[in-house]
Amino acid sequence: MSPRRKRIILILFVLAGMGIASVLLLTAFEKNLLYFYSPSQVAAGEAPSTRAFRIGGLVMKNSVQRNPDSLEVSFVITDTVNTTKIVYDGILPDLFREGQGIVANGKLVNTGVFQAQEVLAKHDENYMPPEVADALAKAGGTYPLPENHKSK
Amino acid sequence: MIAELGHFALIMALGIAIVQTIFPIAGAARDNLVWMSLARPAARLQLVFMLGSFAALAWSFLSNDFSVILVAQHSNTQLPSIYRISAVWGNHEGSLLLWALILSIWTTAVSLFSRRLPDFFVARVIGVMGLVSIGFLLFLLLTSNPFNRQFPAPMDGADLNPLLQDLGLVIHPPMLYMGYVGFSVAFGFAIAALLGGHLDTTWARWSRPWTIMAWTFLTLGIALGSWWAYYELGWGGWWFWDPVENASFMPWLVGIALIHSLAVTDKREVFKNWTVLLAICAFTLSLLGTFLVRSGVLTSVHAFATDPTRGIFILCLLGFFVGGSLILYAWRAPYTLNAGRFRPFSRESLLLLNSVLMMVAMFTVLLGTIYPLIIEALGRGKLSVGAPYFNSVFIPLMLPVVAIIGIGANTRWKQDEWRQVWRRLRFLLAGSLVLGIAMGLMLVDSRYIQTITGITVALWILFTSLYTYYSYLKDRKNKLESLRNGPLGFYGMTVAHIGFAITIIGITITTQHSVDLHERMEPGDQVEFAGYTFHLDSIRSLPGPNYQATEAIVGVSKNGQHVTTMRSQKRIYPVRQMPMTEAGIDPGLTRDLYVSLGEPLDDKAWSLRLYHKPFVRWIWLGAIFMALGGLLAAADRRYRIRHEQYSGSQAGIVLAAAPVDR
Repeated sequence: MSPRRKRIILILFVLAGMGIASVLLLTAFEKNLLYFYSPSQVAAGEAPSTRAFRIGGLVMKNSVQRNPDSLEVSFVITDTVNTTKIVYDGILPDLFREGQGIVANGKLVNTGVFQAQEVLAKHDENYMPPEVADALAKAGGTYPLPENHKSK
Repeated sequence: MIAELGHFALIMALGIAIVQTIFPIAGAARDNLVWMSLARPAARLQLVFMLGSFAALAWSFLSNDFSVILVAQHSNTQLPSIYRISAVWGNHEGSLLLWALILSIWTTAVSLFSRRLPDFFVARVIGVMGLVSIGFLLFLLLTSNPFNRQFPAPMDGADLNPLLQDLGLVIHPPMLYMGYVGFSVAFGFAIAALLGGHLDTTWARWSRPWTIMAWTFLTLGIALGSWWAYYELGWGGWWFWDPVENASFMPWLVGIALIHSLAVTDKREVFKNWTVLLAICAFTLSLLGTFLVRSGVLTSVHAFATDPTRGIFILCLLGFFVGGSLILYAWRAPYTLNAGRFRPFSRESLLLLNSVLMMVAMFTVLLGTIYPLIIEALGRGKLSVGAPYFNSVFIPLMLPVVAIIGIGANTRWKQDEWRQVWRRLRFLLAGSLVLGIAMGLMLVDSRYIQTITGITVALWILFTSLYTYYSYLKDRKNKLESLRNGPLGFYGMTVAHIGFAITIIGITITTQHSVDLHERMEPGDQVEFAGYTFHLDSIRSLPGPNYQATEAIVGVSKNGQHVTTMRSQKRIYPVRQMPMTEAGIDPGLTRDLYVSLGEPLDDKAWSLRLYHKPFVRWIWLGAIFMALGGLLAAADRRYRIRHEQYSGSQAGIVLAAAPVDR
């Protein structure tokens, strides 16, 4: 077999691999991109209504409400200007607490409430998820939250 | 004083690294034996200073010298001694010091175990590794000095992140770095071969045991990290496709491609350019991993750094090594001759195909890892790529890889007939399918297609691996004798492949058949779950050495028979005011029971997570087999015996060729 034919076969191998991978990639990639929106963007209607996305902000003081009979919990997050109510059925992470920055994955449900599939809080007391820090800076509010900052 | 000595030792190490780079490489180019002979002593002296520097930092941690900023930020008088040691590398500066130390250890190992290699080649390898050393030592000294002081010293330190206060995390980073940095040896060999100008196959043989060892360490490091995440994060997850995990996974994938490609280049004198490219790629990904983890571009537990100058420095370092080696490659590679001839259906082709598939798999992981960073850098908003992307792309890509593993190992070099291979393997294929379907159906579940596929491919690897022994022994007279004297590389390959099959079974069954339950429970409550009865016996307070714990005691029984008692703790570390969950795990070969304490809901009730994870241990068991296979293969005497031949019979040829090197 000539080196030339060998090279052609080699290139075909690579192209076939790349081709299969690209098809898999493009379909899976598009489906699994999670964009980040702040409560202000959600309030302005920029967030998608059917697709899953990520939202982040500070958990408002005194906003955490639990269902006494199950693990359902709801709380309000803010970027200091606008707020979004989040409902979640499950166990919150160790570092979840009021005043802490959190990120949640999920979807908006009809009532304008965000149904979280997953709630993430980072393992460091000073740590603010960068998306949240960014959203706070854009919203132009003050941090830490003043004590009397109440949920709408 | 001790810290200043450490700092001084680091500066000395840099000075020696410069000598270790310039003289051996220049000496090899100008045939200056004296300059070349500096390589080995310089490498060893650098190690002495690196050890001194590392010991100084470790001493600062052990003696609670809080005037050293790093110690003040990452340790505490209450911290148990073992974690004061691991705190040395539980932070940005210290972990880079460990990186540089391990690089120095590998370089010294090359200086010790290369006596049979030609001097100019060893000089170049050690020189190239010295260049890497210079980069990292400069990085340490200019942007991340671990020995910086502050006055007045604080009374106590800010403590180590409680997540890192764990035995698994004491050994995970050194293991992982042994793997990462170990690829610098393969890189050094490849660059030395390119510098030499003639890309013959000897460098491939020489680098084989080194590459296999690096990959073995990386395998263990990744497995330890996965195991740690499983029991320490309290979620029962063992792989998250987190960018930091991906950073270690990508060089691992390329490492596999490299090991196999080196074997082909060594045995059959083909794919030389591709192999060199893989060696460059594996090390590049190690550097990229360091950049991703250390620059602070990612946000996760591992990202200690937030200072952008550091990120830019590592990026420049990365650019220098990638750019430099690719330019060298582009300049030298076209002159390579591939001597071996082979037909499209041969072991060579199949190995090539699989190494290409490994690279493709690596690129899919790379895309998912850095795409969010690129989009963010372009100011197009923030996004993340979910784990389902990786699963839905990576797993289908592994299916042809697994099929080819079985075919390749039973196909002849140079050329084979696919009809004959089919005749050899058809019963194995049928056997794997029948048994796979039968076993898949025994684990009744709605998602049995995935289970059947997973078990079938694992059995396929097992059967085809064993078949290679049948082929090997078929025509031999004294079978036991042949088996005893069989090449270790062959055994290593089989053990590693079977390990891969074990991991596939573990991943498949755990992913498809794990069940979990989040439950609100008060002491005295019990819940039926996965065929077991979980009874919350009590919840009590418990003091720890540097934390306060709340412990739940859960009794587990099955059909009225007591099975085990599990304890899960919720710990509060007062220094950082940080809570941590310690999961209770009842391990078993066929299933793990896993309990973790959630959060207090009212005075008495807590939320609890219960998991039933079948075959989860197999994931790490398989990794142990893969590492064992690596060790066996690296110990193969063939690599060393041939070294001897080269230094003896071929030395003349090598020396005759030396003038061409300029």
